[in-house]
Amino acid sequence: MTVLWMIAGAIAMVAVLLVLVRLITGPTLIDRLIASDVLLTTLILVVGAEMVISGHTRNIPLMVVLAATAILASVAVARFVTRANASPLTPDAEEGSDGR
Amino acid sequence: MTAVEQRARVTLRQQLPLLLALVILWMLLWGSITPLTIVTGVVVALGVTRAFYLPPVELSGRFNLFWFIVFVGRVLGEMAVASFQVALLAIGPRSRHESALVKVDLHTRSDFILTGTALAVSLVPGSIVVEVDRASTVLYVHTLSVHSPAQVEKARAHVLSLERSLLRAWGSREEWEAVRS
Amino acid sequence: MVGEEQWNSILDIAAASLLIVAALLTLAAAIGLLRFPDPLSRLHAATKPQILGLLLVVVAIALSARSATVLLLLIPVVVFQLLTAPISAHMVGRAGYRNGDFEPSALLVDELAADVDAARGSELPGGSWEDEVDGGSSNPRGAGS
Repeated sequence: MTVLWMIAGAIAMVAVLLVLVRLITGPTLIDRLIASDVLLTTLILVVGAEMVISGHTRNIPLMVVLAATAILASVAVARFVTRANASPLTPDAEEGSDGR
Repeated sequence: MTAVEQRARVTLRQQLPLLLALVILWMLLWGSITPLTIVTGVVVALGVTRAFYLPPVELSGRFNLFWFIVFVGRVLGEMAVASFQVALLAIGPRSRHESALVKVDLHTRSDFILTGTALAVSLVPGSIVVEVDRASTVLYVHTLSVHSPAQVEKARAHVLSLERSLLRAWGSREEWEAVRS
Repeated sequence: MVGEEQWNSILDIAAASLLIVAALLTLAAAIGLLRFPDPLSRLHAATKPQILGLLLVVVAIALSARSATVLLLLIPVVVFQLLTAPISAHMVGRAGYRNGDFEPSALLVDELAADVDAARGSELPGGSWEDEVDGGSSNPRGAGS
């Protein structure tokens, strides 16, 4: 049993290291955004896997919160990226309608 | 005055499915079905829908539970199969990774079906909705691993068949009759 | 008594196997993230196998805890992921396309570009975002580096 768990852990660790490579090398902001998204989902998976291995269910609220808020960073950065490139052509029109 | 009142009542009625879903979600989050969670759930649901106002979603008024379960099962099944396909593509020998941006003109005119189809398409790995034209209900779908015009048509047909499954479960009667043949 | 113990160990091994499959899916996502040529393809590799992995982990938790209440508590996790993952994938994909963060040569057909050109030619009211696409493609990659 322990062997199976260690295999799963080792695979996940290699995966995280590979994602970190993409996160560091980029080259674009979108790449880093995708990589950090994968990292966050992997974190949720690892939190869940830890509960299976240790045989408790105390971290379920943590999983719920992570799953519900994972979208925020992606959407915020995606909007920022789109807006940053749109702003030179549409100076103030869009910013004003957002109420900022 | 009466016009305002009537509008408010209509939106409350239209929001009922959303409110119900929020209350159920609230009870699931607490993990218990007690009078306290039901009452606080209703209060929180009303507060949330008042504070974060969304335009009312026009439901079609027709809902077939059996075909909806078929639809959900189909999406989950395709998701499982296609997840492994994308995984194999990732670890397989390096080939030319060609993809395509396919324009799919949906049959429906309903925002709700458009959203549902876009969700289903995005959940199946290998396709992402890149752009949506809401006015004419057109999805622009980025599809992985497309090497021939025939496969482009296949990707388009796949999106349309997902839409058809959803229409069968949740579309208005006219739209379902229109795609039935 | 022996039967119950065997049953328990079967469930435990099933849960552990599910964890391994989930880990393998994550690994495949990571490899795809490294090997696919352009950001739009990487988005495919990254986001979706993870949802299946999450589903498997949720089933594994329910198997090892053997309780219906735990499964109910886990439903919001799955629902949140199923609802939000397509949205974030769409937002990221749209931003990537508008920024021109993809290799046009890797696209067999690009029916969106044709429509953007058509919208630019005729002054359609729905074509207000063509400026953003234009602004995106004139701004080279690496906005954040």
